[in-house]
Amino acid sequence: MGLFILRRLGVMLLTAICLTFIVFFLTNLTPNLEKLAKTEASVRMTDDQVVTWLSNRGFDQNIFSRYGQWIGVLPGYVIEGTDGNVRARCAPAGADIATAPRFCGVLQGQWGYSTVFKDDVLTLVSKRLSLTGWLMLLVMLVMVPASLIIGIMAGMREGSKLDRTLSTFSILTTATPEYVSGVIFISVFTTTAVGLKWFNGSARSAMEDITWVNFTLPVLTIALYGIGYIARMTRASMTEVMTAQYIRTARLKGVSFRNIVIKHALRNALIAPFTVIMLQFPWLLNGVVVVETLFQFKGFGSALVEAAIGNDIDLLLGISVVSVFIVLVTQLISDIGYVFLNPRIRIS
Amino acid sequence: MDLLSWTGTFGAYLNPLLFAIAGLFAIFVLAQIVMSFFAAPVTLKSNPDGTLVARGGALGLVEMLVGWLLTLLIATLVLYLIAGVLFPMEKTGIIGTILKRFTPVWIALIVTYAISIKFKRRLGLYGKLFDSTVGMIGFGIVMFWVYTALFAGAFGMIATHGPLEQISGMKNKVPGTALTTDGLFPYYLLGGDNLARDVFSRMVMGSATVIAIAPLATLFAFMVGITLGLPAGYRGGRLDTLLSFSANLILAFPVILLFYLLVTPEIRETGIPSFMAAFLFAFPIAFFAVLVNSRFHTQPAKRNLYLGVTLFVLVWLYLSLISQPGTVFNFLPGFPIDLFNIDAGLLTVFVSVVFVNSPTVFRIVRGLTMDIKTRDYVAAAQTRGEGPWYIMLWEILPNARGPLIVDFCLRIGYTTILLGTLGFFGLGLSSESADWGSTINEGRKLMQVYIHPVLPPALALLSLVLGLNLLADGLREESLRD
Repeated sequence: MGLFILRRLGVMLLTAICLTFIVFFLTNLTPNLEKLAKTEASVRMTDDQVVTWLSNRGFDQNIFSRYGQWIGVLPGYVIEGTDGNVRARCAPAGADIATAPRFCGVLQGQWGYSTVFKDDVLTLVSKRLSLTGWLMLLVMLVMVPASLIIGIMAGMREGSKLDRTLSTFSILTTATPEYVSGVIFISVFTTTAVGLKWFNGSARSAMEDITWVNFTLPVLTIALYGIGYIARMTRASMTEVMTAQYIRTARLKGVSFRNIVIKHALRNALIAPFTVIMLQFPWLLNGVVVVETLFQFKGFGSALVEAAIGNDIDLLLGISVVSVFIVLVTQLISDIGYVFLNPRIRIS
Repeated sequence: MDLLSWTGTFGAYLNPLLFAIAGLFAIFVLAQIVMSFFAAPVTLKSNPDGTLVARGGALGLVEMLVGWLLTLLIATLVLYLIAGVLFPMEKTGIIGTILKRFTPVWIALIVTYAISIKFKRRLGLYGKLFDSTVGMIGFGIVMFWVYTALFAGAFGMIATHGPLEQISGMKNKVPGTALTTDGLFPYYLLGGDNLARDVFSRMVMGSATVIAIAPLATLFAFMVGITLGLPAGYRGGRLDTLLSFSANLILAFPVILLFYLLVTPEIRETGIPSFMAAFLFAFPIAFFAVLVNSRFHTQPAKRNLYLGVTLFVLVWLYLSLISQPGTVFNFLPGFPIDLFNIDAGLLTVFVSVVFVNSPTVFRIVRGLTMDIKTRDYVAAAQTRGEGPWYIMLWEILPNARGPLIVDFCLRIGYTTILLGTLGFFGLGLSSESADWGSTINEGRKLMQVYIHPVLPPALALLSLVLGLNLLADGLREESLRD
C-alpha cells in the first residue's frame, strides 16, 4: 500500500510538472507576450521597442529557464536593461534589488501579479476559490445524495416502472449541459415572460450573502448535469450487486427486501460510485465556469474567463496550478479510496 | 396582419383534448410508479380453463390504461401535424406552421422507418435497433436533426428566412409576429432576435453546422484513439506506459482551460492549431494504410493497387485539408489542386474537439484490446503466423465493434455539448454563426427580458443529445442481447 501511494505520488508530480509546463508554454507564446507588452507599456510601440521591452524583463530567455524561475527552482533573473535600469524578477518595481530574495516562484508563494485585476495572484485566487468553494460544497451536498438515492432506487429492481422512470430522468439530465439547463431555469423561474419569478437570475448578491433565492439556480444547474451520470453509474453497480450470489442466498434465507438493500447490497454497490464522484471534480470545474458566467458570480471560474480574455498570464498560470492540483488530488483520493474500500484489492 | 397565435383556431378544439389526455396520462404514470412499490408484481396469470392472462390486478389495469393513453396522446399529436400540413397557417397557428415547414423531414423519417422495419432482420445491429423502443425513439430524434440539417443545409428547404437576414422592425419581436415587408415568408415563427434575425431559421440552420462538425470530429477522434489504442493494448510495455501517460495528461487538463488556451487568435498566429491538425489528420491515413497493407501484403499486386488508390485519395484530401492560405501550411496552389479550404476558426474548433476526445477513445480501445487479446481466436491467428497489425485490425477491432459503436453515439452527444460550450463562450466560430452554442450565447445577454431567442437553440441541443444518448442505450441493450 505504501509503495502504491508512493508510485502514484511520483506519477502525479510528473503529471503536474508536464501540465503546468504546457500551460506555461501556451500562455507564453510570442504573440501573447507581444500583446502583453503593448497593453502594459504602450499600444503604439514599434516592433523593436516591443522586443527591448520584453528582453528588459527577461521574457526572451529560453522557455525552460523561465519555467524554472516561475516554479521557483531557478534563481530569478536580474537584468540590466538597455535603458540602464536594473530589473529583477524577485524585486517589485521600486524595491531594492540587493535585498531581494534569489528565488521567487510558485513554490515560494510568489504567484505573480494579475494585470487584469491589479492584484496579487495568490490573494486573488484564494479569494475567488473560497467563493467558488461554497458553490462546490452546496453542489456536492445536493448532487451526491440525490444521485445515490436515484441510482439505488433504480438499480434495486431492475426493469421496474420506477427504474424506467428514474433512468429516463438520468438520461435526460446527462443530455442537458449546464448552459442549457441554466438558460431553461432562468427563463422559467426568473423572467417576467413566464411570471414565476421565484429566484434571482443573477447570483451576484450571493458573493456577500448566500440565500435560497440567489443561489438555488446556480447550484441546481451544476448539480443536475452530474446527477444523471453518477446515478447511472450507481444504478449499474447496484444491479450488478443485486444479481450476485450472496444476495440470492440472503433472499432464500428470508431476509426482507428492505434489509437486503440496506444491509447487504448497499455497501458493495457504493464502491464504484465513490470513484465516479471523485472523478467528477475536474468536470465540476467546467460546470463552474459556465454557471459563473451565466449567473454573473465572480468566483474562480469567471476569473479564468476574464484572465483568458485579458491575456493575464500570471493569473491564468495561477488558476491552472490550482485546477491541476484539484484534479490530481481527487484522482489520488479516488485511487487510494478504491483500494481502501475494496477488500479484494486491499487484502491482496 | 395579426400576430399568429400558438395553435391558431384549431387549438380551440385540439388543445383541451391534448391537455386532458396529457393530464390523465401523467396521473396514471405517477399512480403506476407509486403502486409498483406496494402492489404485487404483474405476472402471467393462468385461468382455470387453461388460458393465460398477461396482466392481472389493479396494477395491470393501470399499465394497460397508460398504454392506451400513450397511444391516444401520440394520435392527438399526429392530429396537430396533419392539421398543420393540410390547413393554412392562420388556422393552425405557429405550431402547425412549424410542423408544416418540417414536412420533408417527416416524409424522410416515415420512409426510413418503413424500409428499416420491413427489412430489419437483414440489417444486422442496425435492424435490431428497431426491436427496442428506446433505441427507436433515440434514432428518430437523431434522424430528425440529421434530415433537418440535410434539407436545410443542402437544399435550403425548412428555414423560412436566411440565417443572417435582418428585417427592420423585427428586433426582439415575439413569436408569430407578422412581417411588414412583402415577398418574404409572412411571419417570424419563433420571433426575432437581438439583431432582427429569424430565430426559427437560425435554429434550423444551426443544426447543419452541428450535424456537420460533431460526427466528423468524433470520427477523427476515433481514428486517433483506435490507431494508438490498439498497439498500446496489444503490445503493452513501454509504448503503453508512454501513451497512457500522455492520455492521462490530456484527461487531467480542465477542458475549458484547454479551450481557452487553444482557441485564441494569438495561438492561431503561431500556427499551433495548424500543426495539431497536420498531426491529428495524419492518423486516418496511417489507419487505412495499415488496414489495407496488413490484409493484402501476401498478394503484392492487389496490395499495391489498393494501397496506391487509398493513399492517393487520402493524401490528396489530407493535403487539401491542411493547406490553407494565410497559415503556416500554404503549399498547394488554388482550387483545382487544393480541393477545399476550411475557415481557420472552424479548423481550430475541430482540432481542439478531436484533441480533447481522443484520449478517452484511446483508453476504451486499449481496455477492450487487452481483454480481447486473451481470446482463442487471437491465439489461433498468432499460431497461423499472422502479423501483429493484422491481428489488431482484422481480428481484435471487429470484435470490439459493439462497445465502440455505443460509445461513438454517446461521444457524438458529448462532442455536441463541447461544441455548444465553445459557442457559449464565443470561442472559435464567428459570432454570426448560427450554431446552437453561439445562438445561446447571443440570446442569454437579454434573457431577463426576451426568452424566445434563447430557448429554441437550447431545446434543440438538448433534444439532439438526448436522442443520441437514447440511441446509444438502445444499441447497448440490443448488442448485449446476442
